[in-house]
Amino acid sequence: MSTTTVAHHDEHADHPTGIMRWLTTTNHKDIGTMYLTFSLIMFLVGGAMILGIRAELFQPGLQLMKPDFYNQLIGVHALIMIFAALMPAATGFANWMIPLQIGAPDMALPRLNNWGFWLLPPSAILLTLPFTLALFGIGDGAMATGWTFYPPLSVQGGFGVDFAIFAVHLLGISSVLGSINIIVTLFNMRAPGMTLMKMPMFAWGWLITAFLLIATIPVLAGAVTMLLTDRHFGTHFFDAAGGGDPILFQHLFWFFGHPEVYILLLPVWGFIPQILQTFSRKPMYGYKAQVYSLWAIGALAVVVWAHHFFTAGLPVPALLYFMYSTMAISLPLAVLFFCWIKTMWRGSMSFETPMLFTVGWIILFGIGGLTGLVLADVAADAQYHNSYFVVAHFHYTLFAGGIMGIMAGVYYWLPKMTGHMYNETLGKWHFWLTAISFNLTFIPQFFLGLAGMPRRIPDYALQFAEFNAISSVAAFVLGLSQLLFVYNIISTVKGGKKATDQVWEGAEGLEWTLSSPPPYHSFSEQPVIK
Amino acid sequence: MFRQAINRLCFSLLLLLTAPQVFADYSWNFPEPVTPMALDTLHVHNKFMLIVAVIFVVVLAIMIYSIFKHRKSAGYQAVADKAPSTFSEIFWTLIPFIILLLIDFVIMGIPAYHSVVMMEDTRNESHLVLKVTGSQWRWQYEYMGNTDKGIEAGIEDAKGIKFVSNLSTPQDQIDGTVAPVNDPEKPYLLDVDNRLVLPVGAKVRILMTSTDVLHNWWVPQFGSSRLAVPGFIRETWVQVEKPGTYRGQCKELCGKGHGYMPVVVDALPAEEYKAWVIAKKEEMASADAGADKEWTKEDLVAEGKAVYEKNCAVCHQVTGAGLPPAFPAITGSKISLAPIFGADGKYLPDSHLDRVLNGKGIMPAWKATLNDTEIAAVITYERNALGNNVGDVLQPSQVKAARQ
Repeated sequence: MSTTTVAHHDEHADHPTGIMRWLTTTNHKDIGTMYLTFSLIMFLVGGAMILGIRAELFQPGLQLMKPDFYNQLIGVHALIMIFAALMPAATGFANWMIPLQIGAPDMALPRLNNWGFWLLPPSAILLTLPFTLALFGIGDGAMATGWTFYPPLSVQGGFGVDFAIFAVHLLGISSVLGSINIIVTLFNMRAPGMTLMKMPMFAWGWLITAFLLIATIPVLAGAVTMLLTDRHFGTHFFDAAGGGDPILFQHLFWFFGHPEVYILLLPVWGFIPQILQTFSRKPMYGYKAQVYSLWAIGALAVVVWAHHFFTAGLPVPALLYFMYSTMAISLPLAVLFFCWIKTMWRGSMSFETPMLFTVGWIILFGIGGLTGLVLADVAADAQYHNSYFVVAHFHYTLFAGGIMGIMAGVYYWLPKMTGHMYNETLGKWHFWLTAISFNLTFIPQFFLGLAGMPRRIPDYALQFAEFNAISSVAAFVLGLSQLLFVYNIISTVKGGKKATDQVWEGAEGLEWTLSSPPPYHSFSEQPVIK
Repeated sequence: MFRQAINRLCFSLLLLLTAPQVFADYSWNFPEPVTPMALDTLHVHNKFMLIVAVIFVVVLAIMIYSIFKHRKSAGYQAVADKAPSTFSEIFWTLIPFIILLLIDFVIMGIPAYHSVVMMEDTRNESHLVLKVTGSQWRWQYEYMGNTDKGIEAGIEDAKGIKFVSNLSTPQDQIDGTVAPVNDPEKPYLLDVDNRLVLPVGAKVRILMTSTDVLHNWWVPQFGSSRLAVPGFIRETWVQVEKPGTYRGQCKELCGKGHGYMPVVVDALPAEEYKAWVIAKKEEMASADAGADKEWTKEDLVAEGKAVYEKNCAVCHQVTGAGLPPAFPAITGSKISLAPIFGADGKYLPDSHLDRVLNGKGIMPAWKATLNDTEIAAVITYERNALGNNVGDVLQPSQVKAARQ
């Protein structure tokens, strides 16, 4: 595709107003805004669910809900946070920033872009509708299998599982469409002179993410479709009585599920170095090393899946292979950590909210990564597996490593997107409350896991009471401090101090050469990169 | 500024120094290991945790130093990294790479290899074989007998002993109608009616399977955890080296009763184990004899009430009202009221006996879990209590005949 064919509709900045603007838009900024808004709403929905769970776990004994409802909440919380909060947030940034960063007028496939977004609200409805139906006495609620859908439990379950399967199908289609769009955009619409190795790191992170999505989402879609036919059409893919194997599902699911972790994190690894170089006022260290590391992680991501079920009874050679290959991920990741810290080293650092979130992110994600290294050990994993240790570990990678990274990105780009500065004091309060309460929520869970508390239990033995109480109180502080974030975003969108075009003293990149907010159609003529 | 950085550093080091004490206190770490595997796991875990803690503290210290030293408010001017000569860039990125290579595959990798091999060696040197079956939501244990080595060691052969182990915490505590009672002898949610009993010092090869969904048999102090997969046999082993009572839980989400299927193991010295085996065998023999005698309706209903509340009430509720639509009511249900036997004396398809013996959908098959007397008793109870009044009596001998 030549750049002229996509640039021609830039001339008219008029567009429908009201609801039709958002329904019919093909503008990358509008679609990015919709993704980000959707993500924020679903983040609050998923958060409310987990606060219900933490309230139940505040003390031993059942106080608030029955075990079946508890099981529904944990699974839907995870699906919402992964598919409807984190992934759309990263896609929202991609829509907003990739065209701006590579000097393109829009995404390559604008209509497909629109469709990709509008698949999300129906799938969110599919996920949560069974709760509402159960209130009216229809069915027995949402899927109660945990987000992993493991058969035979998911074959046994009610129609909540079917709703979740179709929701995953829609979310998967949306992700694959988004990925195709990003790959096409990055390969065809970079500004003249911007070679691949001059591409901004965020674009690199997303390019690899997009390939991972295209490689693995179809496997997930296939696996849940097999589950659907097992449930309703008499197949026996996962039923030993008919020659199938329940463990087959785990292989298929985690062939998607492990790369999914990197799908959530790679976009963040992309823009974190950009934030670091902005606030360190010196260029990022080891650009090439970082790009190669991202590729290495992307490649390793698809060959380590079975470490998610070491206790399922795999043969020894498989255990050893998956253990060592999992440990190997720490190598490129260490290079990344080294480059991030080296970027800060001997810079001239200032600590506005995006930088605070970034530094906090490096430390907390470090804890997630290091505990992941320990989890790779098969023998010790027999103890960690499905205990609260694992819950704490993946919240360090996905909440700290994912969501806190996204928050850094929001504070970093919000002035550019809205044209207004956010409230810095409020932002700092948000950071410190989040970082402290996050640790108070999840550090006790490491100890709970070591002491032998399994995950996904609605009630627990009395020796686990103190740590659970601490964790629950901190979780509520964590949840409520996110209201500051929401308030800060809304007031920034509505008004506030005018942001300069440059916004940050040390910011570099094409997006900062445009006005704040950027015009509805930008880069109608592509800049030339030297 | 610099002083602050030093303070931070000291604090971090203090944390690190206190770490060994933290490790020594088992409430902050794995519980006391009682098998070779758990001991090995604890060592590996402590070692790896120490390594990652050191990496974390060192990297954090460098970062914190930089944060305080290289800040704009302190007047620090950015020093651009020199145009990276390819050599220095490669050199500096290779250093952490090589350190980690060493940590991953030598310092951590080699002990990890030995642990895996040890963990998976279920057969060699084993003394007896135990079959563990997970069902929603209870464990069933069956002693498959001694190996040659077990016979040599003179361990009392428990072959043929088979029983079901249910949570024994009172239902009102589980439902949350009364507060959990703190009883160290019968810990809340961690006590069962029939404990698994194992001889101290014997290597027990455990064959694991399930009758319905995935379960995971886990006792933290044993260090072994294995998935129970319906239709497949998985293996693990334990060798308990210290007499005592050990408690664990199912750790694979298996439905609404997932939090309510504990594992409780009594490890007994050889003599006590022998006494237990003999007593248990006698108990089973008298239960078998019970199946041949004629029972009165009252006795069956009384026995059936106990069986029902232990096994059935979790879904069908103590009152028999069930939890529709997933778990239908017993009270007034078509199956409870319809006749069991046809004109030819054989039990009818979809009759009460058929459903209890063979299950359907979520309803598990009980023929392998409950004995003839228990099945006869629970069916008689369900038909003549819980608001039903069919009036008939199902004898254990009829169940026995139906199994053939």
